[in-house]
Amino acid sequence: MIRFTNISKRYPGGYEALSNISFHMEKGAMAFLTGHSGAGKSTLLKLVALIERSTRGQLFLDGQNVSRISKRRIPYMRRKIGFIFQEHHLLFDRTVFDNVALPLIIAGYRYQDIGRRVRAALDKLGLLSKERLYPITLSGGEQQRVGIARAVVNKPMLLLADEPTGNLDPELSREIMSLFSLFNDVGVSVLIASHDIPLIQELDYPVLSLEHGRLATPAGTVS
Amino acid sequence: MKKRARRNQRHSQHHWREQLARMLSPRTFLQRHAQVALESLGRLYRNRVSSLMTAAVIAIALAMPAGLYLLLDNIGRLSGSWDGQASISVFLKNSVPAATAGSLAKRVREWPEVSTVQLITPEQALAEFSERAGFADVLNTLDENPLPGLLVVMPASDYTSPDAASMLRERFERLPETELAQLDLQWVQRLAAILEIMRRGILIISCLLALAVLLMIGNTIRLEIQNRREEILVTKLIGATNGFVRRPFLYCGIWYGVLGAVIAWLLVETGFLLLSEPVANLAGLYQSDFQLETLPLQLLGVMTGGGMCLGLLGSWLAVGRHLDAIEPT
Repeated sequence: MIRFTNISKRYPGGYEALSNISFHMEKGAMAFLTGHSGAGKSTLLKLVALIERSTRGQLFLDGQNVSRISKRRIPYMRRKIGFIFQEHHLLFDRTVFDNVALPLIIAGYRYQDIGRRVRAALDKLGLLSKERLYPITLSGGEQQRVGIARAVVNKPMLLLADEPTGNLDPELSREIMSLFSLFNDVGVSVLIASHDIPLIQELDYPVLSLEHGRLATPAGTVS
Repeated sequence: MKKRARRNQRHSQHHWREQLARMLSPRTFLQRHAQVALESLGRLYRNRVSSLMTAAVIAIALAMPAGLYLLLDNIGRLSGSWDGQASISVFLKNSVPAATAGSLAKRVREWPEVSTVQLITPEQALAEFSERAGFADVLNTLDENPLPGLLVVMPASDYTSPDAASMLRERFERLPETELAQLDLQWVQRLAAILEIMRRGILIISCLLALAVLLMIGNTIRLEIQNRREEILVTKLIGATNGFVRRPFLYCGIWYGVLGAVIAWLLVETGFLLLSEPVANLAGLYQSDFQLETLPLQLLGVMTGGGMCLGLLGSWLAVGRHLDAIEPT
């Protein structure tokens, strides 16, 4: 699903955020990405999300080399990925339903299909009764779950989460993580950046550990 | 593990085909556009006060040239009955008896250069004059009819050019019965020249005002883009193409243009309605049943079309400059 081969990322100004990263995460795998802040977690996720481009090395997504992907094709590639952010990035001027429907509208689903799929996603996350509410009226955990619903509504092949439990208490965090496990069980690849080490240790998934822009764990295959 | 991978592969292929079919479906395409158009309209409605103010400014800028053009068009129509067709007034000598004048008119009518000839006898001329206010008393003080007989000659269509018409005038001047032959061309030409200058002037004003509308819509859209920066970032991050992000702003520009055009149309029609009565009064004083004409539906169509194009162009310029720069980081 994700293959990094000798990837380095140097920002203008000379700061090298990632150096010589190689790993392969198989389709259907789930893994954690850990490291102190500044270790390069966000940069790695941004490379996968095609927000940043690597300065060296090759990046493959779903078997496709995306290191030099044209700007035109980036949106279509991104539709295969579901993003979950720490600050969930919901749009506060529209309802929960409309927020979750956004990826489907972007992908051009028919109106009838949109309703069905959005309700299915909301149902899975226990938010069906909130579809008409505005995100501002929801609790932090609920907002995060709306963000997850939006990320999975399009049935992406890969879920990327950047500190998804950063603002949540331990119990809610655990709940969110178990949701990710559920999606992984139905075949979605999941990569979660987190520094919640105790929680990660509770769960039995491979861990990619970054230290000063290098992989601390030996380069290998995550399956 | 392998099994799961294969299943996912199938899932991905299916996904891809489904997406292609969706994108190619014309119904979905139209549905999507209609949805975006309505959504943009709804957004304008939610901020109706500021939207209306913007639309009103656009309307004034559109109403000015439209009103001026219409006014010019009406003036053109007023002079249209002479439109380039110069008539020749042939005043006959007072000594020419009525019967001779009649046969002269008949003879002249046979000339190939002549289209129509109207004979106005001194009596008819007198009667016409007395009908007009103020003249009857003056004419009563005269012992005899001072008015000459008159032939109003319209040149045939091949002889309407200034040169041909003045040659025809000379031919009339050479007739022994003629006192004076006058070519009523000059004032028509002058009026046409004045109208042409006005037309050019209005064209220049129109261009400037169209530019103002363009800038106004562009600026409004620019602010709108700034206000919705967060939304643009999020939608781009979840796979929106530039086209998708652009669309609501383009529709917003179109709506501003259309709304402005409709208001401008109302302004112009109201203005002409207010003018129509005094103009009819004035025309009445000249014994004319001239009326201002605006062709409301045609005008509405042209203005809406124009507003739409300006709106689209203005928002396109703003979007092109500001939207592509917003990329997630």
